[in-house]
Amino acid sequence: MIGIEHYIVVSAILFVLGVLGIFLNRKNIIVILMAIELILLSVNLQLVAFSAFLGDLVGQVFAMFVLTVAAGEAAVGLAILVIYFRGRGTIAVDDVDRLKG
Amino acid sequence: MIQTLAFYLFAALVIASAVMVIMARNPVHSVLWLILAFFNAAGLMVLVGAEFIAALLLIVYVGAVAVLFLFVVMMLDIDFAELRAGFVKNFPLGIAIALVLAAELIFGIGAYQAGQLELGVASGVAAPALDASNTASIGAVLYRDYVFLFEAAGIILLVAMVGAIVLTHRRTENARGQQDISRQVRRNPDEATVMKQPEVGRGVDL
Repeated sequence: MIGIEHYIVVSAILFVLGVLGIFLNRKNIIVILMAIELILLSVNLQLVAFSAFLGDLVGQVFAMFVLTVAAGEAAVGLAILVIYFRGRGTIAVDDVDRLKG
Repeated sequence: MIQTLAFYLFAALVIASAVMVIMARNPVHSVLWLILAFFNAAGLMVLVGAEFIAALLLIVYVGAVAVLFLFVVMMLDIDFAELRAGFVKNFPLGIAIALVLAAELIFGIGAYQAGQLELGVASGVAAPALDASNTASIGAVLYRDYVFLFEAAGIILLVAMVGAIVLTHRRTENARGQQDISRQVRRNPDEATVMKQPEVGRGVDL
């Protein structure tokens, strides 16, 4: 019988894979952005599962807002990536040191 | 029974494709695996009756975000082999941190199963209506209780769109058809037109 725990475990594994993706592909910012999408997907899955578990639709409404923010974040992140590539000819994260931070 | 089978199928595929997203050598393949992951996550959501969010996930992610990723990956001329240089070096640390994180999360789930903390009683204000579909119930909650948040989400999307356009738009000097608005507004009939009364058979000097 499938319960809420199964959904939590799948979502947790997905979350961990997203974090692992950020660690493994530390130079490639495109894959980092995709890993962030995976993390947001796991959060959405969690929200929907708990929404079904608690019989409360607010979780699904909230998942929609997470989706909105994820879409905006991807658009702005990729736009920054494109202008950065235009200026420097590379997207390696290590080379992003213009602000000398 | 069939639900159990479907759950395990979707769960296994979503995890396998998530692994492929972070492991694939070519980012184009990563994007395609990401699309597969979204499809299977949508399947998991349909299983619990959240068909509206599942459809939204496919429309927004596969239709917009994944295509955006594909465009960017394919348009930029990047040497991806160079970007993977630190992959092997980061692997042990990454795996260690991932294992610690996963162990903590699963420990938390186990602790929850042993007996949950009673923080309060669900008020059930937004319980789904029994006689309506998932989409209709979400619509009722969204437009009744969360209408301001919904509009804020619209504003966020608008700002993101304007930001993306402002960031990537290239202003070209003296392009054909370029509009100079201040010059256009400053123009008035006195300096723009001139009255002439030419003699017959003579041209006009402008």
